Amino acid sequence: MTRPRTVRLYGQMAEFASPHDLLAAAGAARSAGYRRLDAFTPFPIERLSETLGHRPSRVPMLVLIGGIIGALAGYGLQYWVSAVAYPLNIGGRPYNSWPAFIPITFELTILIAGIFTVFGMLVLNGLPTPYHPVFNVPHFALASRDRYFLCIESKDPKFDPASTRVFLEGLSPSGVFDVEY
Amino acid sequence: MSGTAAVSLAPAAYAPPAGLAAVRRGAFAVGAVAAALSLLGAWMDRGQFFRSYLVAFLYWLSIALGCSAIAMLHHLTRGGWGLMIRRVLEAASGTLPLVALFFVPLLFGLPELYRWARPDEVQADALLRHQAVYLNAPFFISRAALYFAIWCGFAWVLQRLSARQDATGDPALPRRMQMIAAPGLVLYCLTATFASIDWLMSLDSRWYSTIYGVYFVGGHAIAGLSFAVLVALYLSSRGPMSAAFRPIHFHDYGKLLLTFVVLWAYFAVSQLIIIWSGNLAEEITWYRGRLLGGWSGVSLALVTLHFALPFLLLLSREGKRNAGRLSVVAILLLVMRWVDLHWLALPALSPEGPAFHWLDAATAIALGGLWLSAFAGRLARRPLLPIRDPFLPEALAHD
Repeated sequence: MTRPRTVRLYGQMAEFASPHDLLAAAGAARSAGYRRLDAFTPFPIERLSETLGHRPSRVPMLVLIGGIIGALAGYGLQYWVSAVAYPLNIGGRPYNSWPAFIPITFELTILIAGIFTVFGMLVLNGLPTPYHPVFNVPHFALASRDRYFLCIESKDPKFDPASTRVFLEGLSPSGVFDVEY
Repeated sequence: MSGTAAVSLAPAAYAPPAGLAAVRRGAFAVGAVAAALSLLGAWMDRGQFFRSYLVAFLYWLSIALGCSAIAMLHHLTRGGWGLMIRRVLEAASGTLPLVALFFVPLLFGLPELYRWARPDEVQADALLRHQAVYLNAPFFISRAALYFAIWCGFAWVLQRLSARQDATGDPALPRRMQMIAAPGLVLYCLTATFASIDWLMSLDSRWYSTIYGVYFVGGHAIAGLSFAVLVALYLSSRGPMSAAFRPIHFHDYGKLLLTFVVLWAYFAVSQLIIIWSGNLAEEITWYRGRLLGGWSGVSLALVTLHFALPFLLLLSREGKRNAGRLSVVAILLLVMRWVDLHWLALPALSPEGPAFHWLDAATAIALGGLWLSAFAGRLARRPLLPIRDPFLPEALAHD
């Protein structure tokens, strides 16, 4: 007895031969009203993210927050140690000697901002991802060589397996594939 | 990338805008009037004139030298970022012979400015007698001649090669310019360090600092780049360059400017931390005069307006790409460069605090007008882009 296999789609993917075709297709998909789009290319392509309608990255804001935390923590640590917890008279200087605190404050600003950059980036882009449905498409390995892919996700409100396939085929791709989970 | 709007590479497509001729004449007229006023001021108050003139000279020198150094940095790294402003940098470095001429009047005011140039004081002071081997007028003048010879020489050779590139497009030229720019930058840093010692640090002959020279050089970088960015913004606001410049080019200049601002602050803070930590009587005099007395307000203005505010404005992506915001930062930095040179030079001569004199403005406008006029004249002579540089198409399509 065989049960009909319910195919759950992650989305549909079109393969293109040149970055120019991909950019044109991404623009067409945006104007057709698709919003959950992603593209896969062997190298960064100028204006692709804007064409796909991706928001500017939130990493810079995280870096700024990390930097501010680092600066406050760096200065606060030294202030607390030198002026509150264990005040020492060093050469008659004031306990809160800000010139002496600058290097550590600076270092911690860079350190915490750097940590926020790396880990913020990883959290926001979801890496590492051991499993991703796009790899179920056999051709997808070419995305790291010489092919350019545009994927419309099934989460897109306008997504419909039949009509989306027709739409993608209309963009003159070299192939259209179902992306299964 | 291929497929973007085709960019013309014909020389005629980058002819300088007609407005430059008006800038040249206008700047010359303003400069000439201010120069006449400055001469009148020199007759009325000789001491004040030389004080104001020293700062005005160092200010316009810093812009011309900064542009020359950035041009060499561009040749050395062969960075695509520099191609869009190379003509601006070259036109500014080409004015260095005029800046050398600006130096000449200072020779008549050495005793007014420098204690080591007053024979009676040198006789009475053992330290000045000791320093006289180096700090004496003939040697001072020969050193200045050597600095200017080196600065003008490198600027001249690089411009000649650049002009030849326009004519022949010889692909070997970028490499030759790179080979010349490398020793040029090293010699520039060395000579600028010595120049800062001669012209500025020796105002207070009892004080010395080894990081002073690079602080001076860092100021040149900020002044040169701010000026080049302002001219680039002016050019990008009208034809033909409005089609060539894109926000990404200014994004690059914004990043570089942010780097220079941070570098300058780093040198400033390094010197402060070292001297503050050492706390030696002969070293702290320089900071006592600047941080505790009437100059403390100027010091605070430098920290906030020369570092903190430009730093914050340049942090965001929009601050670098938006022409209006970037021009605000560039103007602010150019103003603060002038303040910084006052702060470096004048506490030695008027320790009680900053005393603004109309000659400060008159001399700066006089030299500035004459200098800008020469600059606009040089900029108008050649196409606004190095049209036969092999990397220009890439730089134009940079997006």
